[in-house]
Amino acid sequence: MTLLAIILQVAANLVPIAKMGAGLGAGIAVIGAGIGIGKIGSSALESIARQPEAVGDIRSNMIIAAALVEGVAFAAIVVCLLILFI
Amino acid sequence: MRRQIPVLSRFSFRAVLLIPFFLFSHGLTSFASAGENIKLVEANDSVFAKNGHLGKKTSSFNPGDMIMEHVVDNHEWHILEIGHFELKVPLPVILYYNGKFFIFSSSRFHNGENSYLGFSLPMEGPDKGKITRIAAVPGDPGVYDFSITKTVLAIIISALIMLLVFVSVAKAYTRNRNKAPRGMQSLLEPVILFIRDDIAKSSIGEKKYEKFMPYLLTIFFFILLNNILGLVPIFPGGANVTGNIAVTMVMAVFTFILTTVNGNKHYWVDIVNTPGVPWWLKLPVPLMPVIEIIGIITKPVVLMIRLFANMTAGHIIALGFVSLIFIFGAMNVALGYGVSVVSVAFMIFMNLLELLVAFIQAYVFTLLSALYFGLAMTEPEHH
Repeated sequence: MTLLAIILQVAANLVPIAKMGAGLGAGIAVIGAGIGIGKIGSSALESIARQPEAVGDIRSNMIIAAALVEGVAFAAIVVCLLILFI
Repeated sequence: MRRQIPVLSRFSFRAVLLIPFFLFSHGLTSFASAGENIKLVEANDSVFAKNGHLGKKTSSFNPGDMIMEHVVDNHEWHILEIGHFELKVPLPVILYYNGKFFIFSSSRFHNGENSYLGFSLPMEGPDKGKITRIAAVPGDPGVYDFSITKTVLAIIISALIMLLVFVSVAKAYTRNRNKAPRGMQSLLEPVILFIRDDIAKSSIGEKKYEKFMPYLLTIFFFILLNNILGLVPIFPGGANVTGNIAVTMVMAVFTFILTTVNGNKHYWVDIVNTPGVPWWLKLPVPLMPVIEIIGIITKPVVLMIRLFANMTAGHIIALGFVSLIFIFGAMNVALGYGVSVVSVAFMIFMNLLELLVAFIQAYVFTLLSALYFGLAMTEPEHH
């Protein structure tokens, strides 16, 4: 068979590759979220160590920033779920 | 004659043993050759395929289907199933088609097998779970579905619970003026004061926060109550309300409408003519105003997606741990029992985490709504 026919045969069924792409995308999104929230947590802990009486303010700001970063990661997860199931 | 029979019976005994082997080996070879595309579930399903719809119930466990069934909306509330006895509450179907209303119970559809009054509820295919008109031609006016589904009934139940709780607390406050709070009051008072002080006053400012307090309190307690009820496994809980993107979209639209209506002149001027940005980004090609307008739309959209994805992901993970038990149990009963110990431990951990996420998501939605209101109403500083 010619090269074109072979490529056409492979390209006819790309659904498994699409699903693998969705899985990889979700994994990379989670890496980004993990790094982001890790940085937020570490800077929050350092500032609490520097000024222990500001614990309440720092804690609420840390939770807000973590929820915003997670929101972005969840948008990526939603895209991957759309690929998998629709 | 007598001596020949034992010889014959020995030989025929072994021949009889060989017959099933030949039959099964024929079956095995055909199984192997039919095969790269057979998934485990489909191989089991083929045995029951001739029973059709009824056979689907007794075939092997399909975790994807079970999880999807629990996470999406449904026209009946499936409460429990003990052996062959199923407790299902069929909910009313309310349709608007061609200028007329049709109201009937969803049990008329009999799990998608029958059609009623020209409507059917297909269980497979592209229209799965959506009530459609049978034999619809392209110019057909659409079917508008206003049914009381599981999510709608759960919203009504949680609204009733909230009304009960808050009306009784309000009456207790007017009855016991100048006395210390007791009972439900002392449970809710710290939370309400927290929302007023840390969320509303600090984001919106001392002068204007009061008119937004009803909205913020409603949003917070509605999201919190529905998140927590979603974790309860049995009626009236167990309906995935905040994990339904339509519900979160409506709440995000409310926040968007309130910010837009309450935006003062400086808010709009800052969008069209952002201060501190060079003029060539605004004048020949209005790049900056377009980015700012996209920003107005994205903020509520991200609110919607954050709540929806957090809740749905949590439910899917918890259900995944449950289905692990059944998957392993289908392979080997002892393995199923062993996995169930680990699985139950993980599920307890996940449920505690989901409880924390329920509080955090309600808090973040309310806080961001208050922040958007505050940003829409800032007075500029006078230098």
